[in-house]
Amino acid sequence: MIAADQAPIARSEPIRVIDIGTDVLVSNAQGLRTTGSRLKMVYARRVAEDRIELRYVIEELPGAGFTVWRCAIGKTAPSLADVWPLLSWDEREIMELYGVTFLGHPDPRPLVLHPTVEGGPVSRVVEEDVSEPGLRAAGVLPEIAGAKLDVQLLPFGPVRAGVVESGAFFFGYVGEHILEYEPQLFFKHRGMEARFEGLPPEAGTVLAERVSAVGSVAHAFAYCRAVEACASCMPPERAHWGRVLLAEMERIYNHLHFLGHLADTTTLKVGQAEGMLLEEQAKRLNARLTGSRFLRNMLTPGGLRRDIDPGDWLAPSLAQLRSRTERYTKLLKHSDSFLDRLLTTGPLPSEVAFDQGATGPVARASGLDRDLRRDHPYGAYDQFPPTIAKHDEADAHARFHVRVDEIMASFALLDALLSRAPQGSIRERCAGVPNSEGLGWVEGARGAMVYAVHLDERVRLSRVKIRSPSFSNWRAFPFTVQDSNMMDYAINEASFGLTIAGCDR
Amino acid sequence: MALWTFFGLRQGSATTRWPAPDGDDGQADVLGMPRYHPELCGDGCGVCAEACPTGAIIVDPAGKIEVDYGRCIACQLCVEACPDGAMTASGDWAFGVRRREDLRWSENGDAPASPAPTAGYRRSLHIRHVDAGSCNGCESELQALNNPIYNLHRLGIFFTPSPRFADLLLVTGPVTNAMIEPLKAAYEAMPEPRWVMATGTCAVSGALTGGGYAAQRGLGDTLPVDVWLPGCPPNPAAIIEALLMFLDRMPQRVRGGTYGE
Ligand code: SF4
Ligand code: SF4
Repeated sequence: MIAADQAPIARSEPIRVIDIGTDVLVSNAQGLRTTGSRLKMVYARRVAEDRIELRYVIEELPGAGFTVWRCAIGKTAPSLADVWPLLSWDEREIMELYGVTFLGHPDPRPLVLHPTVEGGPVSRVVEEDVSEPGLRAAGVLPEIAGAKLDVQLLPFGPVRAGVVESGAFFFGYVGEHILEYEPQLFFKHRGMEARFEGLPPEAGTVLAERVSAVGSVAHAFAYCRAVEACASCMPPERAHWGRVLLAEMERIYNHLHFLGHLADTTTLKVGQAEGMLLEEQAKRLNARLTGSRFLRNMLTPGGLRRDIDPGDWLAPSLAQLRSRTERYTKLLKHSDSFLDRLLTTGPLPSEVAFDQGATGPVARASGLDRDLRRDHPYGAYDQFPPTIAKHDEADAHARFHVRVDEIMASFALLDALLSRAPQGSIRERCAGVPNSEGLGWVEGARGAMVYAVHLDERVRLSRVKIRSPSFSNWRAFPFTVQDSNMMDYAINEASFGLTIAGCDR
Repeated sequence: MALWTFFGLRQGSATTRWPAPDGDDGQADVLGMPRYHPELCGDGCGVCAEACPTGAIIVDPAGKIEVDYGRCIACQLCVEACPDGAMTASGDWAFGVRRREDLRWSENGDAPASPAPTAGYRRSLHIRHVDAGSCNGCESELQALNNPIYNLHRLGIFFTPSPRFADLLLVTGPVTNAMIEPLKAAYEAMPEPRWVMATGTCAVSGALTGGGYAAQRGLGDTLPVDVWLPGCPPNPAAIIEALLMFLDRMPQRVRGGTYGE
């Protein structure tokens, strides 16, 4: 029980929306680079049949909330991809889906819609007047500088061996040495953002949960927070607590999966089996708590749909899982054959991580000390602060260590949550305001998840933008593959812990 | 690696004996598709149909409720909405069927004829999986089949990397437009006889994620489907039951949208 005098503090940090013209966009973006703030994403929104608005979302310094630049444009806008390379894919997607041209974009190829495929949203036909030099036909292999005849090109996918998500990859290599690498993703693009449009806001949660199953809580959490911002609605204390509890349980089963998968890529078979076993046990705890192995169907704008009852079984079950996990990770940390494959593999220098938008454990393993749970707290994280793991080595080994530390931190956080559970209601009425907008952010198991939500005059969803951590990290990943070794590829990819569904949407 | 050998031996075997009668399927707490109790439905208010995000529940012109479990994602919203308790939460998750119609419940529905048995396929089964646009929930559960608990190999069922050695094509996701061709290519590469299983509600009907500008409404328009398994996602035991049902080693539980024990 929380004592009555511990009144809840205001949990939403400020979100400022500032109008800005295209003429100052580049200089403002450049100015931002020196402040410690970070541009997180840009998305487009159709405000009238022939009017597009760009929204640049900026994460300010810890405690200072978020700023949104609103920028009305015609058919073109200056590209910021040279100033903030992490915007490169956002801009490419907007070019395709909204027919906007970003002038000076370094790589304006289509990204999301596959050239062999008919379609695209009716009102979003790609304009043919893109006159930028450097535009290549879709599906063409990247040019390899100084390519010689003995460079082998290997297109791989989208259907690959084993039970994995669909995605294609192009390798240009000599012997074992990878000279050029490019993922071709978005085979799984379902147009999820458009599926929200027209729905009442409360109907969007189950959809958000189905963008990426292993991030169901993070997606639903960020979505609900964005809707709550539209409605100026504050969920009750117990809902904040319950959401954080679910989010940490999501982190645990994801990181356990990560460890089993990483062990598999280094051919550590017993280590793989143990990781998978622990993941299964964690999923069963999820099911016992919520009825869903993926912790689905619990969140709703305004709070929780059902109360969470940890009874007297959850704490001991978690304690058991924790001690078994401790034993497991200790063994991993003492397995030379495993560690040897991780050390110095796939280094992602901290500047590259920052520029390309890396997030979550990947960023924290490259020395970027960022975590939304601490920097811009939400839910009950202000009362239950997490210990943030960080490493500077920037290789697969560091990414492994960050995850191990995070599992242990999550177990500790769950302990604290279970010993100080607030009572009371679980849901607040959450009626959206016409023509409102909101931003919701959470730190999921893979990093920063941001939802932007717009409601129209009938209080229906008119635009939902999803920036998932995997979209961010897929952008950074290729920088660790170029100039690396074929033999390390699978290990390196596993050490990033990416999903394709979350990226492709 | 002596450390791991010792560790492995000490852990012993974790494998479940299920589906042997003394085994545990491990899904005791998983909520499945809700059950519809027409006798409890008061005036056919249709609140459940309004709450259902996938159109799995509709009110027909005569005011009767119809439920298509092929569209159900087990979100439990209808259970929460129904004022009469006519939609109840259940542990009904083994929804693998041979005929799409068997997933439809309707008061006027004809009693379905029993499905034709398969051609007595009794060899070990080799499966090629293709992700045609899933949310990765279905993959997560398919991957779990190889964890030490479910240990699919013990049942003589294997995933194969090559379509050329596959008997069954197991497809997840609503079938995104970009995956139509790769999916067909995988199917064409399989030797005959070959079978197809639509796994997960997305693959069965598109549900929440199908339609739209980028995806089909499930697998049915792209390939001939032999086994339909809704669930969002179907849990590992549900997948195993569906596979064993296909192999005539377990009965089909669902007929005409009604779940048998
Ligand atoms: S549980 Fe199934 S039938 Fe009920 S609302 Fe959800 S999708 Fe519809
Ligand atoms: S059926 Fe559900 S779990 Fe499977 S891919 Fe579709 S949304 Fe994901």
